[in-house]
Amino acid sequence: MIENNLPALHVVIPLIAAGVCALFKKDVWPFRIACVALLCSFAAVVTMLTQVAGGDVISYFMGDWGRKDYYDAMTGVKDSAVVGIEYRIDMLNIIVLLLISFIGLVMLPYAKHSIEAEIPRQKRSLFYVMFLLCFAGMLGIVTTGDVFNIYVFIEITSLSTYTLIALGRDRRALTSSFEYLIMGTLGATFILIGIGLLYMMTGTLNLVDMSVRLEEVSHTNPVIAAFAFITLGLAMKIALFPVHIWLTNAYAYAPSFVSAFLSATATKVMIYVFIRLIYDVFGQDFSFAFMPLSEILITLAILGIVVGSVTAVYQQNVKRLLAFSSVAQLGYMTLALGLATETGLVATIVHLSNHALSKGLLFLCVGAVVLRVGGSRVDDFNGVAKQMPLTMAAFVLGGFSLIGMPLTAGFISKWYLLQALLEEGHIALVIVLLISSLLAIVYIWRVVEAAYFKERDAKAKKLTEAPLGMLISMAVLVCANIYFGVMTDFTLGFARDAASQLFHGGL
Amino acid sequence: MDYILGGYNYWMAIILMLTGLYAVIVSGNLVKKLIGLVIFQTSVLLIYISAGLVKGAHFPIYELNAHNVPLDGVVYVNPLPHVLMLTAIVVGVATLAVGLALAVRIKEAFGTIEEEELIVLELADTKRAQEELIIKKKPQKPAKRMTRTSKGGKR
Repeated sequence: MIENNLPALHVVIPLIAAGVCALFKKDVWPFRIACVALLCSFAAVVTMLTQVAGGDVISYFMGDWGRKDYYDAMTGVKDSAVVGIEYRIDMLNIIVLLLISFIGLVMLPYAKHSIEAEIPRQKRSLFYVMFLLCFAGMLGIVTTGDVFNIYVFIEITSLSTYTLIALGRDRRALTSSFEYLIMGTLGATFILIGIGLLYMMTGTLNLVDMSVRLEEVSHTNPVIAAFAFITLGLAMKIALFPVHIWLTNAYAYAPSFVSAFLSATATKVMIYVFIRLIYDVFGQDFSFAFMPLSEILITLAILGIVVGSVTAVYQQNVKRLLAFSSVAQLGYMTLALGLATETGLVATIVHLSNHALSKGLLFLCVGAVVLRVGGSRVDDFNGVAKQMPLTMAAFVLGGFSLIGMPLTAGFISKWYLLQALLEEGHIALVIVLLISSLLAIVYIWRVVEAAYFKERDAKAKKLTEAPLGMLISMAVLVCANIYFGVMTDFTLGFARDAASQLFHGGL
Repeated sequence: MDYILGGYNYWMAIILMLTGLYAVIVSGNLVKKLIGLVIFQTSVLLIYISAGLVKGAHFPIYELNAHNVPLDGVVYVNPLPHVLMLTAIVVGVATLAVGLALAVRIKEAFGTIEEEELIVLELADTKRAQEELIIKKKPQKPAKRMTRTSKGGKR
């Protein structure tokens, strides 16, 4: 009974838990409920992982109501179509699902301490409500096989994200949240227009049906317009270079936990949607051969990499620095995606998960320092390493992974990215990549230098190491960063299978 | 002429969409921005609803004969876009609610909802944080913290 409904349960449990949490005034029970809900989701995802690992696809219809035969009175054709909402899990989305549920679960012990320091008492239970909604929405985006469902889940995630960002202590959190609301809603509405045009041309909302029917009409104007709208909308959500402005402010002023969680998941989910729509729905022939997506993505990605890395070097606020670094890293992912090769796709998928691990870890460490020191400027880090050795050690390791040092997760994805670029003979792009990595060393070094080689103000109060809950979260992510840097079978194997599934078989 | 009149509903939707987009980009007042956003979202509703229309078709409830059996050969309007747009309307209302709530909070925290003044105030915040660093009066408590906590008691 439960086993058959896992594809729905892992989304529904956090969604219901969010409603239950809203009933509590204090934050003790909401925290416990959130723990249980995330644990259930994670368990469900792991169970499904074992089911799809062999290359099977789980297809689940909401309410067991889906494929119907229908009779078209206009043309007199009898046909069958998917009318229900399908949840579909294959190699590609299981890896993203696993990432999100893992990150959510691992960061939860951290959340308790972090929000106790940063969010007023009466809002803490509501924080868990929003967090669970955001989490459920992300899982929903990734699981669903229905285009309109994707839009609805995007809005669930976005609306809860706006609220989470606005919880930041700094008053600029409010304006950056508003900015994100405007940009995010414009982006989501563009996606909605694109979905509408696709629906007009195909008469279906199911991804599989749509991809089949689009082949007949793929060169008509509405489909081209739909492609443009969806690409633009998703670019705004991914924070691709010219429309990345919301990301840096939002991550800089949001509560530490929220920055960490969002940097590890929110944009990654959108990249997943992008991959899904390009490769499965529009098809790579249409996206890359007929439309100039490759050129656009590569140009914007390079600009994003360069601008993001260079701006990151000059930032005074470490959270903002990491946010700009995220813009550059998202550039790597879109660059690999723009190559339109199988290796490029593998690099995108691997980098997506590895960057989530490293950037999540870095934001967690910064959050721990913010908790003890009270600020997140580079100068606030002066001499922190002596009093918070574990936190800063974790930061250094996260930095290594971000830069792409061997034996860390970041190395694997950079290596694949280089391979993908060399395969296509883009030597100039390889140089850009190396320069950007050097810049990454520079901006990570600035923080490390402040923490290890500068003296802390003598009059300042003594610092203690971060609380145990926070250390547990960081330790797990450190282990994950090292584990996926040494044992590459799991991520690489899955990414390769997912890429070949997308490239050769479609859904 | 036929080209323009034939799809006039789409033209109206496009005009609304561009009006909304223009309002979002140009207006400096946050509430006006939100109004522009709502106009922009509403135009999408029109596009979808237009797509559901079948000329001369029956409303989407089964036409029954004397034995309560659905008649064959009746053309129905497509009801799905309307249902989808119900969801989109809800999403739009929720977005507007969150946006207005944020505007209220911004008014409380900054004392203005004009974008230009907000930018000045934000720059002042950043500058103050840096100056404080140079003076090193209170390295423990940056100014940005005080602005919110002083107001926090009311809420």
